[in-house]
Amino acid sequence: MLPPIFGVLFDGIAYGMLLFVLSVGLSVTLGLMNFVNLAHCAFAMLGGYTTVVLMQDLHWPFFATLPAAFFIAALASIVVERTLYRRLYRASDLDQVLLTIGLAFISVAIAAWFFTTQQQPVDMPAYLRGSYQFFGLNIGVYRLFLVAVGVAVTAMLIMTVEHTRFGAQVRAAVDNQRMARGLGIDVDRTFAVTFALGSGLAGLGGALAIEIVGLDPSFAFTYLVYVLIVVSVGGLGSILGSFAAACLIGISDVAGKYYLPELGAFLIYLVMVAVLMWKPAGLFGRR
Amino acid sequence: MRHMMTAAAALLAAATLPVAAQAQGTVKIGVISAYSGQFADTAVQIDNGIKLYMKQHGDTVAGKKIEVIRKDTGGPNADVAKRLAQELVVRDGVDILAGFTLTPEALGAAGVADEAKKLLVDMNAATAIVTEKSPYIVRVSLTLPQISETAGTWLATKGGAKKVYTMVSDFGPGIDAETGFQRAFKAAGGEVIGSVRMPVANPDFSAFVQRAKDLNPESIFVFVPGGAQPAAIGKAFAERGMDPAKIKIISTGEAVDEQAVKAMGDVSIGRLSAWHYDYNHKSKLNDDFVKAFNAEFKRNPDFFAVGGYDGMHLIYEALKKTGGKADGDSLIAAAKGMKWESPRGPIAIDPDTRDIVQNVYIRKVEKVGGAIVNVDIDKVENVKDPTHGRK
Repeated sequence: MLPPIFGVLFDGIAYGMLLFVLSVGLSVTLGLMNFVNLAHCAFAMLGGYTTVVLMQDLHWPFFATLPAAFFIAALASIVVERTLYRRLYRASDLDQVLLTIGLAFISVAIAAWFFTTQQQPVDMPAYLRGSYQFFGLNIGVYRLFLVAVGVAVTAMLIMTVEHTRFGAQVRAAVDNQRMARGLGIDVDRTFAVTFALGSGLAGLGGALAIEIVGLDPSFAFTYLVYVLIVVSVGGLGSILGSFAAACLIGISDVAGKYYLPELGAFLIYLVMVAVLMWKPAGLFGRR
Repeated sequence: MRHMMTAAAALLAAATLPVAAQAQGTVKIGVISAYSGQFADTAVQIDNGIKLYMKQHGDTVAGKKIEVIRKDTGGPNADVAKRLAQELVVRDGVDILAGFTLTPEALGAAGVADEAKKLLVDMNAATAIVTEKSPYIVRVSLTLPQISETAGTWLATKGGAKKVYTMVSDFGPGIDAETGFQRAFKAAGGEVIGSVRMPVANPDFSAFVQRAKDLNPESIFVFVPGGAQPAAIGKAFAERGMDPAKIKIISTGEAVDEQAVKAMGDVSIGRLSAWHYDYNHKSKLNDDFVKAFNAEFKRNPDFFAVGGYDGMHLIYEALKKTGGKADGDSLIAAAKGMKWESPRGPIAIDPDTRDIVQNVYIRKVEKVGGAIVNVDIDKVENVKDPTHGRK
């Protein structure tokens, strides 16, 4: 029999992976493009509703809806980026915040209009339900799946940004935009694709989140707090930072609730304050 | 400038005159609810209940035209509710205040109703103290102690459980539910082996459920607010292999509402709850109500909707009794002791406390013809709020 601490670690990491997939896109756009996108969770919500519609109305299997959630959110973000966001790349932080928080409010109203204010139930396939027993530990199948997705996404992102031509272009465009343009890199396109990638991941996160936390129109705001905590603790623009921060926040949330229920969900804020006092730029932040 | 002022004054006077004349034949109801934000669905369902009642019974009663003015509080904001109540009474000249998704809203508006001597109909807010805040408040929804004490007594006696672990959300209604349940359970000879209060904003329940599981309790009492949490905590139970067939999991109605059992699926089968209304409740009146509600809004009614529906019934019947007199004293006198048959069963207004008296049903989640629904397995008749007058 393993002591309960392992169960707490597993649940915490699984919850952290969900937070990671939801927040890594924001970390990328905020860190690499200096754009404060508070409507990030609206794209996550779009991904969630995509999954719900495909599963309920068109009877797609759950797994098939995940890429769709990614692409629909990415596509929507390209439209928004081309029409609205790109005008504000050089604007002040406040202008960006005002525009994006406004969009988040609009997304809540749109979701309520089309999908009503009800919770959206989804019926997970049987093979993702239930749990395994592992030396007295209870390993939820869905949580195991979340961990797998989180690790896969991290590996893919690091590969893309560090080891591909596109990744090099992104890094060049961020470090010195004029120089990058001078070398013939299409900076606008690079940013648009980066932004779409980040929003697509949010969409995927939204779809994965339904089983754990549910989905209703307030999603765009409810998770914004957690996502911002992960981004600030991890450090802007750092994929590994987001990964570490998401694990840390996930584990401290679950451990706090398990060992000190009176403190409950407050512990993650203490962790955030402690980390930021120690490293104001976040765990892996560069500035 | 002076000309403009005079002109504006004249315009204003002209604009208000016909209203004043028309007001003779109108009773205005100001509905204060959280139409936007996290609790929007609650407000929508209350409103659907109001709309359906007015559609079925017309918008004229005792020779008066009923006019509804809706105001949005955006959430549990007592100060906003108070300001809106003032605006409604002073500027819009409403005769009755109604709605109240959440307790803070009702408490915020209570003072205004008291001072202005206006009838206040609480269509949802369920904390026991609401009706004690003014002699003009009447409640048609439920009180949490009414439900949770009934659940506690039932579980310890007919439910056959002697030990319980309680899990509630850490806010007013949750603490009300915990206090009521534990009190009644202990009074009936049961033992509370542990309890936990969970944060209201709580996306992941795995840790709390694991804590409960470690104690291996015979039964668990749950209170979480409606919305995302019922399904989340239900799935957390299932994930940890806590089968309702082996561990008695009893809750209030929110935790097994229609959306929640749909989202949970088969793992919700066997869950127990104590509650005053479900769309699956069997009676001719309720069948018709559910049918009409579906025809109008394409969804099933829930306890919020029935609160709005019965609230309007109370207002209509009170106005009939007073012959259209809409002052607070006449209306509250008419409301006291009123009895009627609601879709949820027979209900009444306690003349002493102005609070709801109703049957509390004990239900079990079962699969009936492919659909997962709450089925009544027992009922406790004419339950009053047990806390009024208790010190």
